[in-house]
Amino acid sequence: MAVRAGRALPFPARIARSENALPLGLLAPTIIFLTLLILIPVAQAVLLSFQAVPGTLGFEAYRRMVTDVAFADSLRNTLLLLVLVVPVQLVLALAMALLIHSRFPGHGAFLYIFALPLAISDLAAGIVWLSIFADTGYLNSALSGLGLTKDPINFLSYENLHLVLGTVIVAESWRATAIVLVILLAGLQLIPREYFEAADLFGASRLKRTLLIVLPMLRPSLQSALIIRTIFAFQTFAVVLALAGRQLPVLSYEAYDWYYNNRNEFIAAAFAALILLMTMTVVFFYLRLLRVKDAEIQR
Amino acid sequence: MRYLRAPAAFALALGLIASACGGGPGGTPTTSPGATGAAVSSEPFVMLSTQLNTVTESEALRAQILSGFTAAKVEFRGETAGPFADRIVAESKTKGTVGVVGGLHGDFGALDLNLFEDLTPLATKLKDRGFPAEFMELGKLGSTRQIYIPWMQATYILGVNKQALQYLPSGVSVDNITYAQLTQWCKNISDQTGRKRCGLPAGPMSLLHRLIQGYMYPAYTGGLVTTYKSAEAATLWRDLKDLWQYTNPQSLQIDFMQESLLSGEVWVGFDHVARLVKAFEGKPNDFVAAPAPKGPKGLYYMSVLAGLGIPKSSANKTGAEAFIDYMTTTAVQAKTLTTVAFFPVLTQALPADLPPHLKLMADGVQKQAKHADAKVALLPIGLGAKGGEFNKVQLDTFQRIVIKNEDIQKVLNEQATILQAVMNDSKAPCWRPDPPSTGPCQVK
Repeated sequence: MAVRAGRALPFPARIARSENALPLGLLAPTIIFLTLLILIPVAQAVLLSFQAVPGTLGFEAYRRMVTDVAFADSLRNTLLLLVLVVPVQLVLALAMALLIHSRFPGHGAFLYIFALPLAISDLAAGIVWLSIFADTGYLNSALSGLGLTKDPINFLSYENLHLVLGTVIVAESWRATAIVLVILLAGLQLIPREYFEAADLFGASRLKRTLLIVLPMLRPSLQSALIIRTIFAFQTFAVVLALAGRQLPVLSYEAYDWYYNNRNEFIAAAFAALILLMTMTVVFFYLRLLRVKDAEIQR
Repeated sequence: MRYLRAPAAFALALGLIASACGGGPGGTPTTSPGATGAAVSSEPFVMLSTQLNTVTESEALRAQILSGFTAAKVEFRGETAGPFADRIVAESKTKGTVGVVGGLHGDFGALDLNLFEDLTPLATKLKDRGFPAEFMELGKLGSTRQIYIPWMQATYILGVNKQALQYLPSGVSVDNITYAQLTQWCKNISDQTGRKRCGLPAGPMSLLHRLIQGYMYPAYTGGLVTTYKSAEAATLWRDLKDLWQYTNPQSLQIDFMQESLLSGEVWVGFDHVARLVKAFEGKPNDFVAAPAPKGPKGLYYMSVLAGLGIPKSSANKTGAEAFIDYMTTTAVQAKTLTTVAFFPVLTQALPADLPPHLKLMADGVQKQAKHADAKVALLPIGLGAKGGEFNKVQLDTFQRIVIKNEDIQKVLNEQATILQAVMNDSKAPCWRPDPPSTGPCQVK
């Protein structure tokens, strides 16, 4: 290939020579991975949700989904959990992150204690909390041991769904606050010390430092944490299943139930597509709402 | 011949089991030589099963039963019905590691029967074992091919804490009780102890749908599909709502009644024998086993049959045949009862000296089978992949009427429409106790 070597190179070689080669090469494994294991299956699942009537494309699976007995409840419960759990976790995680970041003596131990739930699987966490909240569970034993109650309190009864929801919120907050904490702590540690030193110089109070330096500088981390937590909240499954059984249906349980128990992959796919759509909508709003402008990054 | 004479066989088989348990002539355990004559390959294979899939059951099976099979190494994998079906279908399209599958009658029925080897030669070879003829007929699932060889059987009974007996309505025996008397009993317990101590397994992995299909509906209406929205069905749901008032509200999380019985949260629990066994085993002196309640149309009970089949994609067909041969020897059948509390399909396989908890349970099963009003209901037949949606109809009806207090007849009419769609899609004819039908079973 002696003639006009630079321009006549075949396509791959041309890329290899260009300055995009390194970034593209580094991105390639991720792109291949995401395409094979995420994008294609997602597309297949969405397609499946339109194929309930053999040989045609249509909304039959969606029609059956929205007319299902548990649909309205599962949608409401999923949104309710999202609205109640995510803010609680965010506030808790922020408080815990600030506590550890203040570097008081022994803060390392706190990090380990706070991060412990990360190591436990969802279902195991659910079962642990079940053993606490059951009629003959640890909480009721403790309450009656202290002479505070005569008969056990039925925390998990369908007769009082608020209490059931409360136990799920407690269990979910315990289980998944740690992931938010880790993200926020990493974000905190990225804030340059100069800002704090400058604030000290001007005599800023702790509250002012938190409001005017920490929170604005933490916005990218808050964004990531919120997105991750929201996605998880839409997928909440095992903890709810262990604590509430069928009393508190959520969307992901319905998808599971239609696939595994009712053996109808089309309606299961419709539920999954709905979860996907809701997740994408919420994430879109987060990205708009908490947008980090280029100018802010360069500042 | 879809419509089988199985009920009689179930009753007979369970009756025989029970009489053997009662000290009758137990069979002498024997071991069996090789399988169907062909040289047995020692290629390891997986046993995929929807039964015995809890950790303790799987471990017991591995340690005490699989270890005795030496021709090839068998790895046990317990699965729920969904992944079970998926794996068999997936392996049929490639080379698999599953050699033999164990499942309920309905688990096989949910799959394309052409995925399985015809076991007629093996069945001929094992003829002398004494399988009840109707069990073998069920194993054909209405086809001319032997899809599975019968493996184990079970039923549902009441597990009763002796403390509850004093609250029985006066003049009522625990061995002969109606659903209405059960409600009165539960009300007495609730009123006098201040706690709701009757339990129905209604958790997400429970078998509540079977209690509705095989016990309550037939006992009240004499049918299931044909009578789904009948006046008798409305009475059933009214009575069930009544009973539910005195039922432990935690029932909605209960999948296995045994834990709740053992902890004392529940005194009277209705469940599958394998889901009651730990209570009897843990405190044999505290419990009695009683027959299911009866309704206006009699004491209907469901007998559950599990079988072993060989997928066409089997990793080791000769090994799998030798394995089925091994699992259906009288010795292994007896051991299956003592290790995992599933009853043998070979009636002569019952040891005369049963451990106390199994004796208790066998007594309960016997009282049920020999009850003057006893009649057998079958597991749903012919629903194929629609089995799950069929169960959902009953579970949704329960949710709407009992939990959400919706109008009974309105719910029954709406759910009957869904039920009819399931029947039409699956084209399943009626099964007992519904009268036989030509074409899909019709809700009346």
